[in-house]
Amino acid sequence: MTKRIVVDPITRIEGHLRIEAEIENGIIKDAFSSGTMVRGIETIVRDRDPRDVWAFVGRICGVCTSTHSLCSVRAVEDAIDTVVPPNAEMVRNIMANVLFMHDHVVHFYHLHAFDWVDVVSALKADPAAASVAAAKLSDWPKSSTGYFKAIQDRVGKFVDSGQLGIFANGYWGHPAYKLTPEQNLIAVAHYLEALEWQKEIVKVHAVFGGKNPHPNYVVGGMPCSINLEEPNAINAERLAFVKKKLIEAKTFIDQVYVPDLLMIADVYKDDWAKIGGGVSNYLAFGDFPIGNYGETETYKMPRGIILDRDLSKVHPVDANSPEEIKEYIYHSWYKYSKGNSEGLHPFEGETELNYTGPKPPYDFLDINDKYSWIKTPRWKEQPMEVGPLARMLVAYAAGKQPQKDLIDSVLKELNLPADALFSTLGRTAARGLESKLCADWALEFFDRLMDNLQGDSRMFEPEKWKETQWPDKCQGVGLTEAPRGALAHFAVIEKSRIKNYQMVVPTTWNASPRDEKGVLSAYESALIGTPVHDANIPLEILRTIHSFDPCLACAVHLYDESGKYVHALDTF
Amino acid sequence: MGTKKKTVYDDCISKGVSRRDFLKFCTTMGALLGLEASGVAQVVKALEKKSRLPIIWLHLQECTCCSESFIRTSHPILADLIFDQISLDYTETLMAPAGFQAEKSMHDTMQQYKGEYILMIEGSIPLENEAYCCIGGRSAKQILEEAAEGAKAIVAWGNCASSGCVQAAYPNPTKATPVHRVIKGKTVMNVQGCPPIAEVMAGIIVHLLTFNRIPQLDRLGRPKVFYSRRVHDTCYRRANFDAGLFVESFDDENAKRGYCLYKMGCKGPSTYNACGIIKWNEGTSFPIQSGHPCIGCSEDGFWDRTPFYKRQATINAFGVEATADEIGLALGVATTGALAAHAVATNIRKRRLINNESSEEEGTDH
Repeated sequence: MTKRIVVDPITRIEGHLRIEAEIENGIIKDAFSSGTMVRGIETIVRDRDPRDVWAFVGRICGVCTSTHSLCSVRAVEDAIDTVVPPNAEMVRNIMANVLFMHDHVVHFYHLHAFDWVDVVSALKADPAAASVAAAKLSDWPKSSTGYFKAIQDRVGKFVDSGQLGIFANGYWGHPAYKLTPEQNLIAVAHYLEALEWQKEIVKVHAVFGGKNPHPNYVVGGMPCSINLEEPNAINAERLAFVKKKLIEAKTFIDQVYVPDLLMIADVYKDDWAKIGGGVSNYLAFGDFPIGNYGETETYKMPRGIILDRDLSKVHPVDANSPEEIKEYIYHSWYKYSKGNSEGLHPFEGETELNYTGPKPPYDFLDINDKYSWIKTPRWKEQPMEVGPLARMLVAYAAGKQPQKDLIDSVLKELNLPADALFSTLGRTAARGLESKLCADWALEFFDRLMDNLQGDSRMFEPEKWKETQWPDKCQGVGLTEAPRGALAHFAVIEKSRIKNYQMVVPTTWNASPRDEKGVLSAYESALIGTPVHDANIPLEILRTIHSFDPCLACAVHLYDESGKYVHALDTF
Repeated sequence: MGTKKKTVYDDCISKGVSRRDFLKFCTTMGALLGLEASGVAQVVKALEKKSRLPIIWLHLQECTCCSESFIRTSHPILADLIFDQISLDYTETLMAPAGFQAEKSMHDTMQQYKGEYILMIEGSIPLENEAYCCIGGRSAKQILEEAAEGAKAIVAWGNCASSGCVQAAYPNPTKATPVHRVIKGKTVMNVQGCPPIAEVMAGIIVHLLTFNRIPQLDRLGRPKVFYSRRVHDTCYRRANFDAGLFVESFDDENAKRGYCLYKMGCKGPSTYNACGIIKWNEGTSFPIQSGHPCIGCSEDGFWDRTPFYKRQATINAFGVEATADEIGLALGVATTGALAAHAVATNIRKRRLINNESSEEEGTDH
């Protein structure tokens, strides 16, 4: 017997995501992923000053805050042909690594952990046993019996109050929870510590960008002047503050996040390293240049594509090519002038709203017709997964040393084959391992910044700032990696104004509806075959969906005023 | 809130629930929590005693930057707030349950704490077509109207809920609308900014908890406690403005000395916010301190007061004594003459400088 269930809202994500799944004999047979909110940022930036756009598109997402701003200034810099000074490149790298660390830690503890950790079970733990277990995991000093007792008492008092707040109606006691009470208590303690930690690491963004969320960027460099002889600028004291925060971040990731991840992975690996793999292709644009942005060979995270899980070959990707990346709308609430089956490269993209779904309130979407605000992107007609797993796999296949060594050592420690990477757990693990690398890289970029400051304090390239220095018509592509995956912005500038602006974002790749041929995208595909113990409490669905770290505000930004305007980037 | 606040027990009794049924409810709740029978007595005791302030936090058309800012609060820290002072019963970003169980959390609070809970909203409401923002199959407008009905107070977090923010910028394709234009007849606190400063958000909650009333609001609905001073008047670079020392280009020699960013388009002179005082991320910095002009993110319609890097041809002549109420909705449309008068009051060198440029066209796009 087939049962159709709806999980909406999917919580502990950014934005509005709905999953409808068909369950037969306790196994998911089919799944439908829908983005249910639109804002229309691309239409709003039309005709604006290209130097302002980073601020507008930065507001696409406050969780992966800064990443859209970075991608936007890169797209405009590409269009007007300017290269930022080395100091600005290093500051951008440091800020991007800080974002990755913050985002991944918050995802693991505050968005994903309740899928694996039973908070109520922690009340039954023996604090002394938890202390022994924690000391075995790592050298993190907060691991005494008294410490765990205090955490347990606090949670106990909270539960006794009867007001369970964010913990109310959770799936506590579900048989799919497998950690011991002591392991649960350790995880709950670190949930609280991570809350404290995350507000510290973002102070690096405040130093360079003035605030977080939504720090400031500038086309041509960064706005934060460095002057080692001036109290009113970034000087040795501010830089020492940044370094301290980066070291604290690394300590937490090495001693808390990664050990907790391995603890959880070890318990759940028998089931969750085998399911949730989904599509078998992976795309990464790569990022974190040691040189400048244009020198892709210096990237810490390499660019490329893996097809059919074949780790012996990395295929090149060209975001500019009209033959490679295309977006489809067969199951999305849009209309294309050439019909429902057409695929369009972002430079020729059209955005015409066409809501054909049920009038709210509704119970089910019409999954045979259009059912999402997210378009369906394809690379050479094939679905791609993007995100930490894609990045780690591309690096692994490319033979990048730190990534390869780290993956091999963790697989060995958990006694898992390489195939285990293609799973729900593989995705969650890749995110943690990547955080460890980001912690190292942030410090390396900081040292490179210090070295460069010996003879060069430039933070901004003024030559192309004035619009009089720009060609009458130009276009550019900005590429980066958001924490959730490959991100691309496409800017077309005419007469110093934005003629058209398009974005292809990570969650569009992952959360999109199936294409006309019925080929599923990453979320839908990853859910197929997942066992569901009780359809009324679909914990298993959350595990796999959360392993992608959904970010829906990013994915559904397209839409225009009357539904009539058509982006037609055919002027070139 | 405060000492007169009804407990869950009081509430049940006043609604005609017998003590027997109340105990049954406690037992059920204990069972849900997986508590042993002995633990049920503690639930009974707690519910008879005191309750934390229940909060429903909605996510509509937004980017979650307000939630992200909120979790960065340093005093009080988030854990202390949610464990000891408030009961964050519904927030899609952090809550454990999803789907049906998440909706249950919201409905439980709306029923058990009718007239008692605080409704906090992050995001705007699309009115062009309600299907542009749906959660659990219902539209943002439907959800908001239902949740607002039994709310004791309503807080609109950030520029989205207060003014519509970026999605309401020209041409506002989804007709993104702020909360106070959808919910009539109830006071809506507009805690402005994109996002609001973390400690301002926590400060609003602490105010509600401690003083058992909403803080005084200006005519734009912003709490005066954090929004009655211009960024310009509280800026540590103000002395440079008064002395006529300006940055002319990013990273020029003047930028490296931390001079005033007014000529780089700084909106500090027309922006009411606490950035210069509280600063961001536990006082680490604020945009101007890190070399970028203020873009005015706590003001209505700031996205259309662009280009950002164009010097404001007009600023208000009001001094530090002026409040947002006096200037009110006329922000940003004062005359250039007023600016010149202000310049005279400061020094002659700057007047010359500003007069030279006051013939430039007004830097507003839309």
